[in-house]
Amino acid sequence: MIPEIGHFALALALALAIIQSIIPLLGANKGRLLWMQSARATSIGQLALVTVAFAALMRSFVISDFTVVNVVENSHSLKPMLYKIAGTWGSHEGSLLLWVLILTLFGAGVSVFGSNIAEALKARTLAVQAWISTGFLSFMLLTSNPFDRMFPPPEDGNDLNPLLQDVGLALHPPFLYLGYVGFSIVFSFAVAALLEGRVDAAWARWVRPWTLAAWMCLTAGIVLGSWWAYYELGWGGWWFWDPVENVSFMPWLLGTALLHSAIVTEKRDAFKSWTILLAILTFSLSLLGTFVVRSGLLTSVHAFAVDPERGLYILFLLALSIGGSLALYAWRAPMMEAGGVFKPISREAGLLVNNLILGVATGTVLFGTLYPLFLEAVADDKISVGAPFFNATFVPMMLPLVLLMGVGPFLSWKRADLPGVWQRVRFVAILSIVATLVNWYLQEGGPLLAHLSILLAIWLFLATLREWAMRIRLFDVPLSDSWHRARNLPRAAHGMTMAHAGLAVAMFGFIGSSAWKVEEVVFVAPGTTIEIAGFEVDFDGVERVRGPNYFADRGTLSVMKGGNPVTTLYPERRYYPIAESSTTESAIRSTLAGDLYASIAEPASEDAELSGAWTLRILYEPLVNFIWLGSAMLILGGGLSMSDRRLRIGAPKRKSVPATTTAPAE
Amino acid sequence: MGRILALTPLLIAVVFGGFFLWGLNPERDPNEVPSVLISQPAPEFALEPVAGVDTPGLARSDLTGNATPVVMNVFASWCVPCRAEHAVLTSLVQRDDITLFGINYKDKPEDAARWLAELGNPYARIGSDQSGRAGIEWGISGVPETFIIGPDGTVLYRYVGPVVGEDAVGKFREALVQSGAISREDL
Repeated sequence: MIPEIGHFALALALALAIIQSIIPLLGANKGRLLWMQSARATSIGQLALVTVAFAALMRSFVISDFTVVNVVENSHSLKPMLYKIAGTWGSHEGSLLLWVLILTLFGAGVSVFGSNIAEALKARTLAVQAWISTGFLSFMLLTSNPFDRMFPPPEDGNDLNPLLQDVGLALHPPFLYLGYVGFSIVFSFAVAALLEGRVDAAWARWVRPWTLAAWMCLTAGIVLGSWWAYYELGWGGWWFWDPVENVSFMPWLLGTALLHSAIVTEKRDAFKSWTILLAILTFSLSLLGTFVVRSGLLTSVHAFAVDPERGLYILFLLALSIGGSLALYAWRAPMMEAGGVFKPISREAGLLVNNLILGVATGTVLFGTLYPLFLEAVADDKISVGAPFFNATFVPMMLPLVLLMGVGPFLSWKRADLPGVWQRVRFVAILSIVATLVNWYLQEGGPLLAHLSILLAIWLFLATLREWAMRIRLFDVPLSDSWHRARNLPRAAHGMTMAHAGLAVAMFGFIGSSAWKVEEVVFVAPGTTIEIAGFEVDFDGVERVRGPNYFADRGTLSVMKGGNPVTTLYPERRYYPIAESSTTESAIRSTLAGDLYASIAEPASEDAELSGAWTLRILYEPLVNFIWLGSAMLILGGGLSMSDRRLRIGAPKRKSVPATTTAPAE
Repeated sequence: MGRILALTPLLIAVVFGGFFLWGLNPERDPNEVPSVLISQPAPEFALEPVAGVDTPGLARSDLTGNATPVVMNVFASWCVPCRAEHAVLTSLVQRDDITLFGINYKDKPEDAARWLAELGNPYARIGSDQSGRAGIEWGISGVPETFIIGPDGTVLYRYVGPVVGEDAVGKFREALVQSGAISREDL
């Protein structure tokens, strides 16, 4: 009965979405306030109904209702409760339901919290949001119903892929989707602005908190995924340039560009059509991600059950939404008047270069990701594009961006004084070079690119702090005055400092763990000692242990440094009999200086198994925890910026406000 | 000018859409690695023996005229899975009387010699492919790869990756039975 209620709720939500697609839009065109305001009720109604559907599916998972096909295919009665709940979004159908839930969540969010947004714009935005939910709700009801029943019900379920039975999975998709789908509301704002034919500073300010919210969630989602791959999957790395990773990274890159170009639209009333285009493209890339993951278009380590019919339906939705919005853009964008003028050396120009680099970088990742498909279509040749391509193209592109990031915040709007900026940053520039040379000496050489990257990371970190210190006049005035200034500084300014410094911190992690990583793959028998990165690791043997729905071979490794015991590591190789698959549980000793990471693979051969010989993989990844620390700072920075007073207080006036800013203020 | 510029994103999106539509063809499997050699004659190649190893070299002519199908394994001392696979191949030779040939791929002769001395040498012939040229002829995508070749020099089967673990060994032995290299009772 309950699954049918869930199914029915989805159908009702579709009905509401169709109403919301039409009525508010008509109201906005005819100037009828009541019609416009109907979007509030329908968007909250949609959220409530989809929540009911989601709760119904979750209940089926929790009580292991094996009359529901989706539960049979993705759950098992013996599975721990957390993973039964997480199983709700572990399948294609369930994750699509989560997708739609978040879509309606953002729609309802704008109706509830967007009281300062002009009625007509809000009505149009919510109508566009309803177009998207109409598309996806119908997709779900027509091709991917999560509530399909089966009779007779089987004794037990097929279990969830054991790789997915991890806390990382419980959290990674929801955050990723909050980000991905969060950009839908920004897309809806952009299309609504195109329908109105009007973009101004007020528009940019209304959109900003939503962009920030989506960007923060996407950052968290990507980082959790990376963390999951690193800790759970035993891959011994945090980024693999896999197509599915790339499709989540592209909206992040373009979303980052959007955050910055929207600042120019808000402060200087410029970059309007560019900001709109970025808003459309960011969500288009999110949709592309959904399409690629679910259509089996590319080969990837991540995949859902693939069905060409579904692929075709999503492609149809993509054509409608992306094609439609870009056609609207082609029609309306040339009519937008250009905003404030600026000199080649100015804050605007700096942000323009930022956008160009991020845009080109996104294009590069897109091209690399889809190149195998293009080549196969044109030349009938099969290749795969891997990390070497991306490392050779993407990384060099990011370095000038980081250089610029250090300078950018010092530039003033309209026209900046370069010699003046140089005077302010020359001390940190010299300090960065000295620090890099010291590191070079301590590391006894190493790859040049790594040292250059270290230089830029140090530079970014110091320059960011310098700019912040300058704003609060640290050490120029008594500390209490600086404290007072820091408290009066807009939160957005603190947010920028935090996020930029966070990127610098994360860069230390990226560089350390890629350039100075040490890896050993060896055959070991009990008693073997391996030396790695100053540690001595003793292999003491492997024993068989039992878990709730698996059994495992657990290795014991005693780690010592200079003869003193440091820790004991227990890497496992687990076998899940019901799902008939194995996973590697790596064991990690984590410190800020680096991670010692051990995993065991299966025994070399039958003979080797009898003698207790195993393949052992040990890695030392220096500074890897800086990645997680830096990412947390990025998210915190976004949060600080989002809590800025100007985004909460009062309705911005809908006319072009002459910019009065001269000092480099946010 | 502005109008053309504003139209560009749409045009690019349409081109992408065309490719996606093509890519959705249900008969297309992006995971499939094409193996052009199956049921084809083995490619021409002639390789010197590995210096310092007392095993003759390997050429196309050695693959024809054998009494039963032979197994040809591409290996290298720098390849860790090869080490794991070595025991499986050795047992094929010792227990099942398989004739095993090897191509030592992009390896230093002294490393290969040390590797074989340490683990044992089950290979009847080994060709040293230091340049990787023969590897290109065979179209290998990585090391190890293992082929089964019929007495007339036809490639009967190709296994990509190490033949290690129950699954892989089972598959490979099934292929050996199918090609007639071992009888079903030996399975």
